[in-house]
Amino acid sequence: MYNEKVIDAFKNPKNVGEIENYDGIGTVGNATCGDIMQITIKVENDVIVDAKFKTFGCAAAVATSSTATDMIIGMTIDEALQVTNRKVIEYLGGLPSQKIHCSVLAEEAIKKAIEDYKSKK
Amino acid sequence: MKPIYLDHAATTPLDKRVLEKMLPYFTENYGNANSQHSFGQTAKVAVDNARKTIADIIGAKPSEIYFTSGGTESDNWALRGTAKRYKDKGKHLIISKIEHHAMLTTAKELEKEGFEFSYIGVDEYGSINLDELEKAIRPDTIFIGCMYANNEVGTIQPIEKIVEIAKKHNIVCFTDAVQAMGAIEINVSKLGVDMMSFSAHKFGGPKGVGALYIRNGLDLGKIITGGHQERTRRGGTTNVAGVVGFSEALRLSRESLDKDNEYIKGLRDRFIERVESEIPYVKLNGSRENRLSNNADFSFYFIEGESILMMLDLEGIAVSSGSACSSDSLDPSHVLLAMGIPAEYAHGSIRFTFGKDNTLEEVEYTVDKLKEIIHKLREMSPLFKLNSEVKNV
Ligand code: FES
Repeated sequence: MYNEKVIDAFKNPKNVGEIENYDGIGTVGNATCGDIMQITIKVENDVIVDAKFKTFGCAAAVATSSTATDMIIGMTIDEALQVTNRKVIEYLGGLPSQKIHCSVLAEEAIKKAIEDYKSKK
Repeated sequence: MKPIYLDHAATTPLDKRVLEKMLPYFTENYGNANSQHSFGQTAKVAVDNARKTIADIIGAKPSEIYFTSGGTESDNWALRGTAKRYKDKGKHLIISKIEHHAMLTTAKELEKEGFEFSYIGVDEYGSINLDELEKAIRPDTIFIGCMYANNEVGTIQPIEKIVEIAKKHNIVCFTDAVQAMGAIEINVSKLGVDMMSFSAHKFGGPKGVGALYIRNGLDLGKIITGGHQERTRRGGTTNVAGVVGFSEALRLSRESLDKDNEYIKGLRDRFIERVESEIPYVKLNGSRENRLSNNADFSFYFIEGESILMMLDLEGIAVSSGSACSSDSLDPSHVLLAMGIPAEYAHGSIRFTFGKDNTLEEVEYTVDKLKEIIHKLREMSPLFKLNSEVKNV
């Protein structure tokens, strides 16, 4: 059902956890099936220097959060806002159609975390 | 380590002795059981013998066994056939909330055609509410259906009582025994049920073959029309090798039923004991005593079932989950929800079903891996940290 890249990201997820003194936090839930995702970011001079995630969800949710957090580390917040679920899926080489909605979680959590960071500035 | 299969409620491996019996009916005795020549007659004898073997084992007459393509067709036939035949008597049917989708989806279809259904709830252990059942009966009720044992949590239903209620009110009574057949000694005539469905692949037989028991004298509408097969009640060339495999698998499973059940229950109980004592925040779903001997269904709090299933699979362990994420519909298990289990715990549910080929070593290995996986996923869960003292358990 999942391709190797997705399985690999699920098996060895990167950036798991919560940053202690985070600058922004985004928690989103997917009403469709009750999944929850949380992303915390550390920002220096508008550049994301660290990002971590926690997720209650399926393998696709874990794989996309790992990939998405990995992608945004090193990006400016404006660049990070351009990271869509499509790009994450593309990077992972595709997801089963019933799993597309899981990838939206990561995108939304990142946006929320950035909003949170901006609102605190 | 070779893969560990703990999903025997989904399907079982074909018993090699069953395969032996089936093989000649593919290549040598390939006749159509409906043909008059000797090829056909050889096949017919095999089908007749299979029918007799099955009938004898379950306490039925051979003329009461109708071969089908499996459990789903049998369930469909019982439900649709009754609706079709008795619609002038009434358009109300009763089934439980925890039926297999073969029943529930068919009920939804029949509702579109103007039939009315009452769906009877279950208690926290997954046992049907008999009072509610009796209260749901109306003068126009034509059907009562409840599974013999549940496929997800393994709860064995008070089927004798259900039959009693149906008889008292003179209503056609059906039970889906697909999950129960290989594990419980079933006698249809003692039970007095009107119809019962079976599927061969749940007890070491081949896929794609099953049966519907129809009590002699019960009139039932047809859903598959065709030739004269199955006393003209179900058309379609008989799956000769399949029914031969079906009868042999049933015979073998009956022969060693007590021994197998005891062994499987031993493995299952060891598994439950270790999971409950070594993994915090778990709940055994279903009844502790009144359940199929092969079934252990657990909810693991704070984490999601598909992830558990996938991680176990990566370790070579095959299980199934009632999580919304592992169903295409994105709804968690209707059985667990009917039992009043909160959706987030239903999301974290995993069903382990053991078989006679499993070993104690496999059970121990599975628990060892499961512990690691549950820990790893909880570390990843945003719900888990909310409960910080949980971490130290
Ligand atoms: S998180 Fe539920 S399907 Fe992916």
